[in-house]
This record gives sequence, C-alpha cells and structure tokens, in this order.
Amino acid sequence: MPALWRSTFVLVMVLLAISRPSLASQPTGNGTEHTITTLPIVIWKWEGIKFPYLVALWILVSWLCKLVFQLNPGLTRVIPESGLLICIGWVLGGIIYGADKVQTFRLQPFTFFFYLLPQIVLDAGYSMPNKLFFGNLGAILVYAVIGTCWNAATLGLALWGCWLGGAMGNIDTGLLQLLLFGSLIAAVDPVAVIAVFEEVHVNEVLYILVFGESLLNDGVTVVLFNVFDAFVSLGGGQIDAVEIIKGIISFFVVAVGGSLVGVVFALLISLLTRCTKNIQIIEPGFIFVLGYLSYLTAEMLSLSAILSCTFCGVCCQKYINANMDERSVSTVRYTMKVFANGSETIIFVFLGISAIDPSLWVWNTAFILLTLLFIFVFRFIGVFLLTWILNQYRLVPLDFIDQLVMGYGGLRGAVAYGLVLLLDENKFKEKTLMVSTTLIVVYFTVMLQGITMKPLVTWLKVKRAAVTERTLAEKIQNRTFDHMLVAIEDISGQIGDNYMRDKWNNFEERWLYWLLMTPIARKSCDPIFNIFHNLNIKDATSYVNEGERRGSLAFVRNESKADVDFNKKFGDDLSEMRPYIMTENMGPDHVPVSSILRDSVPSVCLDMHEQDLKMRESEDFDAHHLLQQHLYKGRKQHRHKYSRKQLEVNEDEHEVQEIFQRTMRSRLESFKSAKMGVAPPKISKHLKKDQPQKMPNGKSTDNSKSHTYGDEDFEFSEGDSASGCEAAGGSFPMRAYRGAGIVNPAFMAEMDTMDPMPPMQQIPSWLAEAEVDSSTVVPSQRAQLRLPWTPSNLRRLAPLRLSTHSNDSFVLADSPATQEGISELPPPPPPKDGQDQGTHK
Amino acid sequence: MQETGFTPAHIVRLYDRFEALDKEKTGLLRPQDFGAINGLAMNPIGDRIIGAFFSPGQETVDFHSFVRILAHFRPEDKKRPKDPSMPEPVNSRTSKIKFAFQLYDQDKDGKISRAELLQVLRSMLEMQVTEEQLESIADRTIQEADLDKDDAISFEEFRKSLEKVNIDHKMSIRFLR
Repeated sequence: MPALWRSTFVLVMVLLAISRPSLASQPTGNGTEHTITTLPIVIWKWEGIKFPYLVALWILVSWLCKLVFQLNPGLTRVIPESGLLICIGWVLGGIIYGADKVQTFRLQPFTFFFYLLPQIVLDAGYSMPNKLFFGNLGAILVYAVIGTCWNAATLGLALWGCWLGGAMGNIDTGLLQLLLFGSLIAAVDPVAVIAVFEEVHVNEVLYILVFGESLLNDGVTVVLFNVFDAFVSLGGGQIDAVEIIKGIISFFVVAVGGSLVGVVFALLISLLTRCTKNIQIIEPGFIFVLGYLSYLTAEMLSLSAILSCTFCGVCCQKYINANMDERSVSTVRYTMKVFANGSETIIFVFLGISAIDPSLWVWNTAFILLTLLFIFVFRFIGVFLLTWILNQYRLVPLDFIDQLVMGYGGLRGAVAYGLVLLLDENKFKEKTLMVSTTLIVVYFTVMLQGITMKPLVTWLKVKRAAVTERTLAEKIQNRTFDHMLVAIEDISGQIGDNYMRDKWNNFEERWLYWLLMTPIARKSCDPIFNIFHNLNIKDATSYVNEGERRGSLAFVRNESKADVDFNKKFGDDLSEMRPYIMTENMGPDHVPVSSILRDSVPSVCLDMHEQDLKMRESEDFDAHHLLQQHLYKGRKQHRHKYSRKQLEVNEDEHEVQEIFQRTMRSRLESFKSAKMGVAPPKISKHLKKDQPQKMPNGKSTDNSKSHTYGDEDFEFSEGDSASGCEAAGGSFPMRAYRGAGIVNPAFMAEMDTMDPMPPMQQIPSWLAEAEVDSSTVVPSQRAQLRLPWTPSNLRRLAPLRLSTHSNDSFVLADSPATQEGISELPPPPPPKDGQDQGTHK
Repeated sequence: MQETGFTPAHIVRLYDRFEALDKEKTGLLRPQDFGAINGLAMNPIGDRIIGAFFSPGQETVDFHSFVRILAHFRPEDKKRPKDPSMPEPVNSRTSKIKFAFQLYDQDKDGKISRAELLQVLRSMLEMQVTEEQLESIADRTIQEADLDKDDAISFEEFRKSLEKVNIDHKMSIRFLR
C-alpha cells in the first residue's frame, strides 16, 4: 500500500510538473517559428499534445484513486466510495491549487453533460430490471414528477419567504431566481443514488423506486430549469397565464418527446442488430454510438436527454440481447460498466477538485443552512404525502421504514452542480453563492447521507434484498400462487396488472419479435435457454479449470468414486434441515462473477470427502433449480438484481448450473463400464469450447446463433443447416460428444419437438458406429432421455430409421416398456434403475 | 356481504361478471362455463382452481359461493380487530393458506400425500422434467416440510413451511380490495 501511495503521489507530481509549464509556456507557445540551426533529434512537443495528454492523464489519475482506497477495505465499508473519491479530489485539488495558485482543472458543465453523463445513463437504462421498473412505473412517475415539482416549489418559496424576511441578508435575487435554484437542487441525482444505494442493498422495490425516480425526474428538472430560466430572462412582468400554460405544455412535450426519441433509437438499434450477423466484431460499437446519439438528439431538440437515453437502453435491451451473439452481449455489458463506472469515478474526483477554488466560495450562512434544512424537510414531507396517496392504490403498500429510507435517499449530486454552473452570471447575480451552496449540498448528501445510510438501514431493519435460498415448498408454492392469481384474474374478468402484461406480451410476440429480432433469436428468446446455455459454458470452463488445477490424473481417479457417492446419495435418507443457502452465494457482496465461479468450483471438486457434503447440498440445489427452471412461469416474472459494480447473473442461472453438474455425474457413472472411461467428458468439453472455431465458416454463425438457444443440443440445431450430416466423419463424433457432454437431457426433448428430421439422420450414424467406444456413451444418454417420453414422440422416431442394425433398439424403444429397448446398451439403465429404486419410498 | 367484506360496488361488478359467464342464464355456473374462459385453459392448475369453486359433490356454483371463493383473494385488512370470538374472515392469512392447501389436497383427507404433490408438480413443470426428477423433487419437498415423518404434509406443516412467504402479497388481487 505504501508503494501505491507513493506512485500516486509521483503521478500527481508529474501532473503538476506538466501543468506548470503548460501555463508558463502560454505566452511563448506561439514562438514555434524560430529557425532551427541544426537537425533536432528529439523535440519537446508539449504544446501540440497537451490537451489529449492531460485528458488521458486525468482519467488515469481518477481511476488510480479508486485503486488507492480499495486497498483498505475497512474504509470502503464505512464511507461510500463516492465520498472517498471526493476526499481524494480535495487533496488533488489542494495540490494543484497550491502549485498554480489558480484552479486550472474544474468540472466544466459541457464536459460533464456531454462526455461523462451519457454513458452512466445508458448503462442505467440497459441494465434496468425491466419487469420491476414497469411494474412500479406508476409509483415512480408520481415520485418523479409530482415529487420533484413539490420539492422545487416548496424550496423556492421557502427560500423566498426567508429572503423577504431578511434572514439572508442582502442578496440580489428574486422569486424567480430562487424558484430556479429550487428546481435545480430539488432533483434526486441518479449518479449519487447508484453510488450510495449500490453498497447498501435494500430490497428491490425500494431501490427501483428511488432509482427510477432519480432517472425520470430529469424530465421535470429540464423543463423547470428552462422555464424559469426563460422567465428570468423575460423579467417578472411578462409572465402571465399564457406563459404558465406554455410551461406546463412544455413539460409534456419535453418528457414525452424525450422518451419517444429514446424509443425510436431503441428501435433503430434493434433493427440494426438484426442485420449485423456478419459484422459481429463491431456490433457492440453500434449500441454505444446509437445510445450516445439518442442523448445528443434529444439535447439538440431541447428535449430531456436523460429520459431519451434511459428509454433507449430500457427498450432495446431485450432485443439486442437476443439478436446479438453472446460474445457481443458480454462485450456490451462489460464495456458499459467500464464506461459508466469510469465516468462516475471521474465525476466524483472532479467534484472534489472543483471545490478547491476560493474564487467560487461565497459564504452566506443563512442561505446555505436554510437550503439544507428545507431540502431535508420538504423531501420527507413530500415522500410521506405521496406515499400515503399511493398506498391507497398499491397492492403492497410501502411501509413507514421504507418511506423513511426513501426520503433519506434523496441524494443530490453532480447533475445539480452541472446545472448551476450553466446559469448566466448576468441574470443571476448570486451565481457564485448558488454554486457554493450547491456544492455544499452535494457534499452533504453524498458524504454524510452516504456514510450514514448503511447504519441507518441496518438500524431500521429495512428489508434487504433477499439472499437466502427459499425452501422447495416455498418455491413451488410461489409458483402455484402466480398461477392462481392469473386464473382468478381471468375468472373475475378484471383487467389487472397481469392482464395488461399479458396483452403486452402478446403484442410483443406478434409484432415486435417479428420486426426486431432475427428469426433464430425469435425462436429461442426464452430467457431460460439463454441463461442455461451461458451457465453451461461457464460451468464447462470451471470444470476444466478444476481439472487442470488438480491435475488430470486426480480428476480421473476421483471420478470413479463420484459414482459411488451418487448412488449413495439416492439411497440415503438424508438428514434434513440443512440450510438451503447456496454456498456459492450470489449475494450482493462484492464478489465478482469470476470468483463466484471459482467458489462454485469446489462443488465440482471430486474429493471424496467433500464430494459427499456437496452431493447432498447439490441434491437440494438440483431440485431447487429444477423447479426454478422448469416451473411454468405465471404471467408475473422474476426479479433482477441491479448492480453497477458487478454483473451478477440471476439466481436462476446459478441454480440451473447444478443440473449440469448432476447430469455430468450421472454421465460419469454411465462411463463406469464404458471402455474409454473418463476421457469423453473432457474431450467433449474441450470440443465444446473449440466448437465455434472448428466448424466451417458457413455454419459458424449458425453455431453462434444456436448458442442463443441456450441449449446445448447443437446437433439438433445444426441439423437445420442441411450440411449438418455432410461434415460427417470427424465432426460427427465431435458433435456427438458435444451432445454427450451437454447438460440437460430434458432439453433434448424440447429440441426434438422442433426438429424431428435432423436427429434421425444422426442417430443412425452413430448407432452404426456402435463399435466406437465413446459413442456408446451417446446412445445411452439418449436412451436415458427417451425413457420419460410419451409413446407418441417415440413413434415419430420409428419410421425414420435408416440403418439396419439400429432397428432393434428402435422397435423396442417404441414400446412403452422401454426397459427392453435399452438392453442393447447396458451401462446406463441399471444404475438409473438403481436410482429409481432408491428414490421410491 | 358482511362475511366477504366486499363493498357493494364490488359485489355489483362481480354479479355482472357472474352473469356474463353464465351463458345460459340459469343463475348457476357449471364447469363448462368456467372452461369457456380463455386464459384458464392455458393455466396449468386451471382445472384445480375451477374445481375449488365447486363444493364437494355439487355440480353448480351459485353467486354466493362464487363471491365467497373470490373473497379469498382480497388483500388482508390489517386494521381488523383481532376478535377471537368472530369466525376467521375469508381473506385472512389462514384462510388463504387453507385455500391453497385444498388445491393440493384433492381427496380432502387433510393431508397432502406424495401422490397428490406429484400430480401438482407434474402439471406445473414442463414436459422436459423426467419422472425420476419429479419424484425426487416431491420427496425433497415432503422431507423439508414433513415434521412428523408421516410422509405427507398436513395443514399445519404446510402453514409452517410458508411462514416466511408474504401470503398477503402473493395471494391477493388488488382490485378486489
């Protein structure tokens, strides 16, 4: 840690050193026309390169600050990161000021609004949990619109009253100016809310309300700002009813217009990703460019830019995630986070730096204190009032504690600062006073409220985001409830949330999917498939990592033991009441996804001793996510977790992962008697990973498209491309292995119902290769799968038999007594039967 | 009206709906009338819910029972005085849980046996789940909830397993308030 302090310090010194000559060399800068007498080998080219160099250097320094205090985790637990960044900004600002006697670096409004804010908003929109957002949209709008207006009005009027009363001494201001000040300081700031709330992890409803409010109130803020700015320019006398009505109309135009611009751009992006199948390398770039353009377009039309950007992200996320290749999706997601987080860091650092500038400090105790007081008081009053009204209409009323936290969470931040800097000095004589006050308010809310937020939340016992695993009974029951509610709504014939949502889903399915999504994506936009597939790949990777870590020999040796455990597991009467908390907790703590995976690796580990333990838990997990995965969803959906700092996968995903492991183990035991032993699973995994590259080009995109199926049964989807069977020989066993290596036997059923033809072509071939050792694995797997199928499915298989010596198995398989059908393929059924016996009580 | 707690306006609305469903205008609803509702056909437990409307042995539902069943889904009245002498209102937490319990317990023996649980699971889980997985889930669920080890879930055990669930939220429809 001392080393890093030193290096930061050195960097700052370098910064100073550079900035000094930059200022000093101003007058002489233009003297580059001096004649040279000899060939210079190296020239000091500071002048030309100054600007980009400083920009890059400042970005680097800001981000290094983040590194500095991450070294002391105790500190970040107490003070939110944003607060610490501001402190470091003060230090840096002090250094620079001390060196230059003038604050050379400040947060310029233009830079802030056009280079730093858009990516944060775009990221917010793109990662927004849509179901939660739209489910609570009514409440969010009430808070955003009415709440902000209330805040602005009351603050402005209160300040005006105090000014009239003479509490503030002699400041040159008026009602309109104070109203304007009120409007720009009233808005809850999205950047600050993200920064603080992310570390606190309140329950999702509370979070989405505050966060949604902070995003959507920009519509109001922009309108109020412009309206009052115009009023101030017009002068008090010009304001009459017409102007006020125009102000109200402009609100609707700005807000709705901004949102529409966002939606239009979302459509553009979706359409674009539909066609970019062949330029996947640059696909992610489009999202950013178009997102930024949506921001700029709205700004150009003087509509609400934040609203535009938000809705662009919100509306397009579903379609582009389905359309784009999963690597592009990952790229987009991670890059957005990088940009957003980076911007946030820079903003806070510069908020700190900008403060160290005596020229902008005008101190008027009364004004500042009164502002702080009124902000607090009126925020709380507003929240309570509005919530009381809302609770009459909400199904789940917000309780008092939540309201308290919501009121306390009304943080002001950089947006207010940026707006106040935009004020015109000529019209606002007290601009510096307002700037200072804004800075103080921002510091107060971010630091003080940020620091006290976590203890307050703990003290008030606010409902936190649920991390514990529910019991199976609860899970099943919840789903039953969902269905029940939907049914009752249907019966009682009322149009409820569910009905609307259903209508929207139908509309979406009929028109939007057709328009905006590629045909392949359309088929598979069930999120479960995607999640499942992503998980499988991650799991495969972790499995291999584990294998490498232990050395492949250990892997092999232990796997035979794994079978034993597996059988034992089913036979045991497992002791109950083991807590159903997943060891690989995808909790909201700062655990990046990769370490979650690493943590999950132990559950894959094949140590005899640990295996036992994990087996039991994984048995629970299997059932859990089996339910989670397979339970028919009611028309209400699952919730998301939103976090800026880490990209968390849904709870679903991690649970689904277990199915993979379970199937892996069941496959492993089937290998017990297979000649090749363990080699096939590893091969298949490697192959699976290599697959996208190995396949011929024409099909590679198909592969990646079928990736979005989330379904490992590529052999089926590849059958789509008719060339599937031509790449026989080498690629067949490959594909067959892939089938073997793949998870959900259950999904094979799904795939089969979609493409009956191709599998038939393939089955005979590998059955024909029955002498190939590894392929005995594959048929056994498939045979296993056929067990639960209805006879009608099997009958479909029958007529398409192409190879002679597979006849027997098919004929036998056709009969409902499928046991005999598997007699040709001895290894799997006995253990399976054994398991069946074990589970019957 | 008293017992269900619906406001008169609600009752009128529900009566309109009742009449709309009752195509033959007999004043009673039959299972076919329920079957005509579109959404229910696609609902995995739609049949069970329809069954819940009919008292055992009866073929028809009159308006009174119709409203009574729907009253289960009213949000709870938090301000209701807890008067032990009065019968439990229809939309209390216990009544809701009982309603849910009856969905499972088709033979009305007061216990959810393994077979009954399997049935519900089978209807709610997609076709892709194998029989053995289903059974294992059913076993697991019973293991979790079954405290007296009789291999079936009684009403008390059922209620206990749901104590962390916000029943009021999960089993209420807003406009029935």
